[in-house]
Amino acid sequence: MQSSSVAVKLHDMSLRDGMHSKQHQISLEEMVAVSTALDDAGMPLIEVTHGDGLGGASLNYGFPAHSDEEYLNAVVPKMKQAKVSALLLPGIGTVDHLRMAINCGVSTIRVATHCTEADVSQQHIQFAAQQGLDTVGFLMMAHMVTAEHLLEQAKLMVSYGANCIYCTDSAGYMLPAEVSLKIKTLRDALPDNVEIGFHGHHNMAMGVANSIAAIEAGARRIDGSVAGLGAGAGNTPLEVLVAVMHRMGMATGIDLYKIMDVAEDLIVPMMDHPIRIDRDALTLGYAGVYSSFLLFAKRAEQRYGISARDVLVELGRRGTVGGQEDMIEDLALTMARERGTLTGAAS
Amino acid sequence: MSLKQRAAIIGSGNIGTDLLMKMSRSEWLEPVWMVGIDAASEGLQRAAAMGVNTTADGVDGLLEAVKRDGITIAFDATSAYAHAENSRKLTELGVTMIDLTPAAIGPFCIPPVNLASLAGAGLNNVNMVTCGGQATIPMVAAVSRVQAVSYAEIIATVASKSIGPGTRMNIDEFTRTTASAVEQVGGAAKGKAIIVVNPAEPPLMMRDTVHCLVEGETKQQEIIDSVHAMVAEVKKYVPGYKLVNGPVFDGKKVSIFLEVEGLGDFLPKYAGNLDIMTAAALRTGEMLAQQRASGAQEGGE
Repeated sequence: MQSSSVAVKLHDMSLRDGMHSKQHQISLEEMVAVSTALDDAGMPLIEVTHGDGLGGASLNYGFPAHSDEEYLNAVVPKMKQAKVSALLLPGIGTVDHLRMAINCGVSTIRVATHCTEADVSQQHIQFAAQQGLDTVGFLMMAHMVTAEHLLEQAKLMVSYGANCIYCTDSAGYMLPAEVSLKIKTLRDALPDNVEIGFHGHHNMAMGVANSIAAIEAGARRIDGSVAGLGAGAGNTPLEVLVAVMHRMGMATGIDLYKIMDVAEDLIVPMMDHPIRIDRDALTLGYAGVYSSFLLFAKRAEQRYGISARDVLVELGRRGTVGGQEDMIEDLALTMARERGTLTGAAS
Repeated sequence: MSLKQRAAIIGSGNIGTDLLMKMSRSEWLEPVWMVGIDAASEGLQRAAAMGVNTTADGVDGLLEAVKRDGITIAFDATSAYAHAENSRKLTELGVTMIDLTPAAIGPFCIPPVNLASLAGAGLNNVNMVTCGGQATIPMVAAVSRVQAVSYAEIIATVASKSIGPGTRMNIDEFTRTTASAVEQVGGAAKGKAIIVVNPAEPPLMMRDTVHCLVEGETKQQEIIDSVHAMVAEVKKYVPGYKLVNGPVFDGKKVSIFLEVEGLGDFLPKYAGNLDIMTAAALRTGEMLAQQRASGAQEGGE
């Protein structure tokens, strides 16, 4: 492969996945400061939404500091070259939310489902594609199925109108060989005009390695986050990925020093806690658990005295999927009662 | 002479078949017709084997039988799209529709909350909301009857195998219809609904979480008592309805964690989401039948 000829589009997650690590409390000023700095650094695509997508504002996932509409209206008009994307999870947000985001000027809609449930995305993918938007099908927790099963689900999303399919490692569980196999399977079987993307988490420190494996297997869109600001141990750290890609002779269109400065000067000071592979984040990756469960499990540990690691391992054993944040408190209560550290009962 | 009201079931899929099995045990309703659109469907064959009249011509195949067979109640387990026509044709003939689709032409019905008042209103169409609504709105109402609820949110997690293609293609209808019933029947000033589909094997039991934000000082003991009383009401028609944890109090937030196990009539036990729909629809039909049997009293409360 002639690496220098590869054009890979990077997609920043710090203002969407990063919302998880900030409990959805990023201010409008921070949104504008980070997005304009990324725009200036050459980032082509920036996602701006509640961590759980459009309509994610809730007791279950957390009420954000501002509505999706306020964030999008603050960011979109400020962009000189970057485009803005919005995420939507069917079952949480609806086509009404898509309509709002499109009115705000987003260019890309990403519709996310669990990797086996692509057929809940038909309404939303069809709507976004009919509006002429760049429409992405985002298959989450992709480590839970075989490459063939993932392909079958990807084909459904393509049939609804998606022009790009993501293999999404929501749990940061995958190792490079698995990423290569899944991306290659999608690339070989899907039409040439359908792009393949990869979204990694850094829970096993594989974010960069997995992204490179994905590019080498044919992925042309890669998600990451400046300084890794994101759920769990964060997303693939973009400034590191850019440096590695430049060393490998891959074009990114991004100014490395500028994105390093965004990470260091803007993102790190915003962090509520260091984004690192602590034992709970490592447990997410090791046990294959949805990365945004991390802070919920830590809070349940504080409130009910059950270790976050024990809760996360049990959630993994039960095959819990993205969106089931309510199970964390429910399970911690049940475990605390079984261990006799909680009195009071169910009927 | 039997006091049972004679009923038809429209839709010969899983829901219709489960409803038929439940209705065959009813003291108040007699299933006499099952309506499908495919003569070769297992649902119609099963119904015929149970001695129920069947037609594969859709609701049009039922119309001429309405008067002859004295059908007074029809349960529609087809789709929101088909329901509008089904309802128009049958209500014209004096049949009362119990709508298991998200069409929501008639008012929402959550039996332990508002069935008694609806039954007295002489309506010709009532809507059973959604499975998530049937499982959670009784809990919202249990809190809102104690003190004002400014916001209520429900999260329904269901087994992948229990969600059919109709719901999947129209998942927005689920969230919109449920959220609006959380407000209208649950009594919350503002409602939100979330559905999560989980493919785990073996399939997980339906789980539901209800969060309410209350106004003013939280009346903890009254809410606990109200929730337990409401759980007992739901258990009367869904024995597998279970309060797993809570109510948990956190400032103004009240959280209730539920599990719904089905009866396992035709649908597997994990599909508590489907069972609670058929059970609630049947209970609604039985209440109407009971009222008619006891004569044209003023009814309602």
